[in-house]
Parts: sequence; structure tokens; C-alpha cells
Amino acid sequence: MTDDHWSAVRLTAQLAATTTVLLLLVGTPLAWGLARTRSRFKPVWASLVAMPLVLPPTVIGFYLLLLMGPQGAVGQLTQSLGLGRLPFTFSGLVVASVLCSLPFVVQPLQQAFEAIPERTLEAAATLRAGPWDRFFSIALPLARPGLLTATVLGFAHTVGEFGVVLMIGGNIPDKTRVLSVALYDHVEAGEFAAAHQLAAGMVAFALVVLVSLYVANRPARADAA
Amino acid sequence: MTSLSRSLSVLRRSLFSARLCAALISAFVLHLPAVAADVQVAVAANFAGPIAPLAEAFAAATGHVVKTSSGATGKFHTQIAAGAPFDVLLSADDETPKKLIAEGHAVAGGNFTYAIGKLVLWSAQPGVVDDQGLVLTSGKFNHLAIANPKTAPYGAAAMEVLKARGLVDSLTPKLVTGESLAQAFQFISTGNAELGFVALSQVAVPGKPATGSYWLVPSSLYGEIRQDAVLLKPGAGNPAAAALLAYLKTEPARKLIRSYGYGP
Repeated sequence: MTDDHWSAVRLTAQLAATTTVLLLLVGTPLAWGLARTRSRFKPVWASLVAMPLVLPPTVIGFYLLLLMGPQGAVGQLTQSLGLGRLPFTFSGLVVASVLCSLPFVVQPLQQAFEAIPERTLEAAATLRAGPWDRFFSIALPLARPGLLTATVLGFAHTVGEFGVVLMIGGNIPDKTRVLSVALYDHVEAGEFAAAHQLAAGMVAFALVVLVSLYVANRPARADAA
Repeated sequence: MTSLSRSLSVLRRSLFSARLCAALISAFVLHLPAVAADVQVAVAANFAGPIAPLAEAFAAATGHVVKTSSGATGKFHTQIAAGAPFDVLLSADDETPKKLIAEGHAVAGGNFTYAIGKLVLWSAQPGVVDDQGLVLTSGKFNHLAIANPKTAPYGAAAMEVLKARGLVDSLTPKLVTGESLAQAFQFISTGNAELGFVALSQVAVPGKPATGSYWLVPSSLYGEIRQDAVLLKPGAGNPAAAALLAYLKTEPARKLIRSYGYGP
């Protein structure tokens, strides 16, 4: 592994960790709201969350570039706040990754919350558990498998995301050249030895992560219960 | 309800097959006199603009139909090596056709230069780029966009210009690299990069007046960007493929190519 590769690994780990933490903070209340709402518009909200799955990532990247650019609404906001512009920075990558990995975090959480019977929460309410207490002592512990899936999928998808980070990042070494972009670069340039090395590393990483997830989420055996 | 939808779908199917028959009949009738054929062309993304009118004129002259796929030359190289069914490659460089011939995927002796690319330093804002390229030393910008120098000939040419001007060290921190020429163009056109190196063919094309400001980089500052065409193995027996390559060398075709900002 060269220094460039280690720099890409470090950057990727930073990006995926930051994105996952932010996604859990934003995605958990969003998923809870989606799971509990009785609004007629629930299908609309759920569809909006799923939207990043529909568009090709480079297209999402293109629109983010427009939106966060000097003429875009977000770009003008960040500039007026003195934050500068987001494209070609690490913060820009985080914003883009949060958006793209949103459904991978919200959907497992929403399903886990929806699986909790209403009666369980009502029983807790009759024991004078307030809404916050019900959420933290009942809902969150019961949704643990969903939480684990959401965390792993959010992290893994951010590691593998490519089209958007290439578009928003501009492929700058040590700043925005993450693993997937470095790998794509090697493949395009015909540097297959370096490409194989990175690809093998990513496949091994994904296998370890996903196998651990499935082991951790395996339903308890009947004889163990 | 179900019977209605069933009869609707039957109706739709019969309409479709009627239309198909009509299309087939007209295809046969119209093309019977000439030995018309399809030619499948892989074309470098930067040449996607001019290939459309070229294909139209070629079809009008010969009756052959050109089917184009545009993309990155490096990707086409990999796909052709893996057996992609292209008859002709209009490459963004002169290296890939040579490699394809050496590897046995293309017909030897059939490669020639169909266009010479011209590099420009472009900004989407008017008045940013002067006609000497002095803006490069002004430091009045945060990002300079180029296409990936490792894979895109225009990116490599841009690096040669920076080298010739002695600016590689001072400007490297400001470089943002698009995976392709098209992405570099998007970085600049959206204003995220204040300026960057792209192809003249992207900035000024017929019917689309140039926006912003640009400097046509003198060709003495970078090695010629020769874009070569080559006949691929699947097209070896296809008369339409040979006809298309011959057509690209004719004066009307050359004139059209020049009007899109290519040399000579």
C-alpha cells in the first residue's frame, strides 16, 4: 500500500464515520415520525426519503453541484453565513453522503419501529411513561436490530458511494479522493495491479462487515430461549 | 373490468404488431435498392456533438444507418477488448487505436486522424479569462478544473500548458479533476470552479454562441491532441463501416468537423 492509498483509507473512514453519526441523529427521529404518523401524506414523505435510490449518483451530484454552487440556493446560504462554498471540500462530501445514504438508514429503522406493537407503548403509557421515556426505554431497545442494520448499511454505503463524491469532491488528494474514487482512477488509467489491491481490500472489508451484521442479527434459537 | 383491460391489451398488442409490420415493410422497401447496413460506432464523448449531423449527412448520402454510443475512450478500450460489438471507434486520442491494433482487436492500417482537438482556458463568467491566459498567474481564483490527466488527453494537454508556464507547483493545490472532459466542463459551467481547461468544441459550437470568456491556448504549448478513428474487428466485413470511415475524409465532413472547433 502506498501513502496515497493510506490517505484514501483514512479519508474514507473519516467520511463514513461522520456521515453515519449524522445520519443516525437525523434518521432516527425521521424514521420514528414516519413509523408513527397517521398522516395521509405518509406515502409522500416515505417516497421522498427513498428518492436518492432512484436517480443515478452522478446526476444527484450534478444537481448538488448546481445547488451548492455560487448561483445555487444552498451555495448562497453558506456564503452569506461566511462558510464559503461546499463543493470540493470534505464538508461538501459529508453533506452529499448524508443525502445519498439517507434511505439506507431510515428504512431499516422505520421498519423496526413499525414492528413494535402499539399496545406495548400504550401499556408503558398507562404506567405513566412519558413520550420521551417510551421512546428511549421501550422503542429504541426493541429496535436494536434495525439500529444495527441502519448503522452498518449507512457506513458501508458511504464507503462504496462513488458517483456523487466524484462529482462533488473533484478528486483532490488528501482532501476528497476517497477509496472508491482512487480505485476508479486506477481502473480508468489501466493501473490494474493497484486497482486489484484496493478492490480486494474493499471486498474483504464489506464481507467482514456484512457477515458480522448477519451474525449479530441472527434470531435467537428456540432452544436458547 | 378484467375483460375490458384484456381487450385493451389485445388491442394494444395488435396495434403494436401492425406498426411493427409497417416499419419492417418500409425498411425493406426503402432500403432494397442499396446494400444498406447499420454501423455501430463508439464515439469519444467530446465528439458526440458533431457525430449527429455527420451521421445524418452520411445516411442521406449512402442510406447506411449510424448507431452511436458516446463515452470515455478508456472505457471503450476495455469494452472492445471484452468483445463489445462496435464496428468503428472514433477515439479521443491516437494511442488507443494503436493499442487496439496491437492487441488484435482492430484492423491494422485503417487508423487515421479525423479531428485535432483544441484546448481552451474557459470561464463561465465574461471578463475573467484574458486572451493571453495571464489570469493563471493572477491568483484570483480558488479552483482550476481539468480533466483527469492520466486518462483524458485534454487533461494531459492542460498539465503540459501549466508546465510550459512554470505553474505546476503553484497551481496544483487549486486543481480539481473531473473524471472526464464533460465533468470538468460541468465544474466550470456551474461556477464551482472559476475557470478550467476544456475543449474548444465544448465551448463554441454551431448555433450556440460562446458564453463567458476563453483563451484559445496556442498549440505550441501542448502536444497535438490527435483524435484517431479505427476500424474494429467486428466491422471488418461491414460495407457501412468502411463507407463511414471514407466519408469522414471527404471535404463536406471535414468542413463540418472544423465548424465544431476542431483542427486542422
